[in-house]
Amino acid sequence: MTRHRKFIALTLLLAASLGLLLGYGRSQVSARLAGELPPLQDVVRTLQLTDLSLWTEARYTRHPSQADRFTPFQDFPSALEHFPAGSIIAPVLTLHPQP
Amino acid sequence: MRHLKILEYALSSLVRRRYKNLAILLVYAFTIAVLSSVLFLTHALKTEASLLLAEAPELIVQKVIGGRHDLVPVAYGEKIAAIPGVAAVLPRFWGYYYDALTKANYTLLAVESDPPDLAMVQGRLPDGPGECAIGAGVSQSRNVETGDDLILVDSENLGISLEVVGVFRAESRLLTNDLVVLGQSDLTAFFGYPADLATDISVTVRNPREVNTIAEKIKRVLPHSRPISRSEILRTYAGVFNWRSGMMLSVFSAALIAFCILAWDKATGISAEEKREIGILKAIGWETSDILELKFWEGIAVSLTSLLLGLLAAYVHVFFLGATVLTPVIKGWSVIFPTFRLLPVVDFYQVLVIGFLTVTPYVASTVVPSWKAAITDPETAMRG
Repeated sequence: MTRHRKFIALTLLLAASLGLLLGYGRSQVSARLAGELPPLQDVVRTLQLTDLSLWTEARYTRHPSQADRFTPFQDFPSALEHFPAGSIIAPVLTLHPQP
Repeated sequence: MRHLKILEYALSSLVRRRYKNLAILLVYAFTIAVLSSVLFLTHALKTEASLLLAEAPELIVQKVIGGRHDLVPVAYGEKIAAIPGVAAVLPRFWGYYYDALTKANYTLLAVESDPPDLAMVQGRLPDGPGECAIGAGVSQSRNVETGDDLILVDSENLGISLEVVGVFRAESRLLTNDLVVLGQSDLTAFFGYPADLATDISVTVRNPREVNTIAEKIKRVLPHSRPISRSEILRTYAGVFNWRSGMMLSVFSAALIAFCILAWDKATGISAEEKREIGILKAIGWETSDILELKFWEGIAVSLTSLLLGLLAAYVHVFFLGATVLTPVIKGWSVIFPTFRLLPVVDFYQVLVIGFLTVTPYVASTVVPSWKAAITDPETAMRG
């Protein structure tokens, strides 16, 4: 009768580790929201930023919110867009509310 | 006590086929880790975007000609300012720069004169001609720091030397990694923008509830304009990282299919050895319900351990290691890409969904074929 004890102990250990990580994460979130968020929001406000600096390979991936709808296909009508990040970003179908 | 004894037997049974079960456990945990990593990463990016871009301009007005974004006359600002409810209008000057030296793209952005001090800048923002502040990515790729000179080639193909007066801190990489911030006159001269044109116009609205009405009015006054509201920017980022995005579809669906194959392999039948074992257990007096409980515990032991290991691995991967395994997938051709330092926000609903989507089918696929074997005659079952 030792295996089930070991199994229960292992499960509890793993669950406790996950719980501790999630708890630590929550405390980190509160600390960073209080400490880092206001200065970061100052940057956004001062520089009037509209997008995250994630994908710098093309205009429409650097500023997905500012790109016109044809940008990925700008070379000629129905041209295939060829930047890898373009396939990562979901098409923004609901950018404007439908009438 | 009876349940614990059946659990004990189930664990002994798993240990007897230790290599097979260990392989299943590892593949299962890996699949859950991949699924959870994608969910954790996209949720964290979505949260970060919504928190940061909550301070984005309320309304951006672009000029669109032939379906393309065009430079907007600064004079449009006066027409927009005349619309009731508009508090302030500010032309924005910015553009892209391809740096042949590092093969990276930078975003050049103008800041107004006499800019405020920002805690996220080591040094200060430019406040005179020939000065610039750069993002951590630009600083790294060009190996320049505060006090150094950054040389860029302008639209006339002339090298322009700018003194770096500030570098954005690494904490702001997600916003400023590829930025080169200049004074307005430096930027317009650099790109050769005509004096009366801006890239777009930022509009501040007195009453946030009126943003859509003002956007409609702008569209009416300036028919070839395209107003983009803050809520649309936020919705774009909510959409970029939602389940329809390529990241989710490519990585998530691949992992989900791998898991389906694993579960399918389990569900399509049990080995002759397992059938014989069930037959023997029945012959020595085990009830069908005991056998089902045995298989249930076997399924729970493997799937719960895999789930917990997978979730732990995903959490450490995304929030401690900066999603290093997923980064090459989402990086694309970006030369400058921020290292992730994400807010460890986890959506418990997503964790529950992962648990439900993975544990339930696995346990079911373990129990159902055994139930078929358990209800057959012990002798037939023993004969295979």
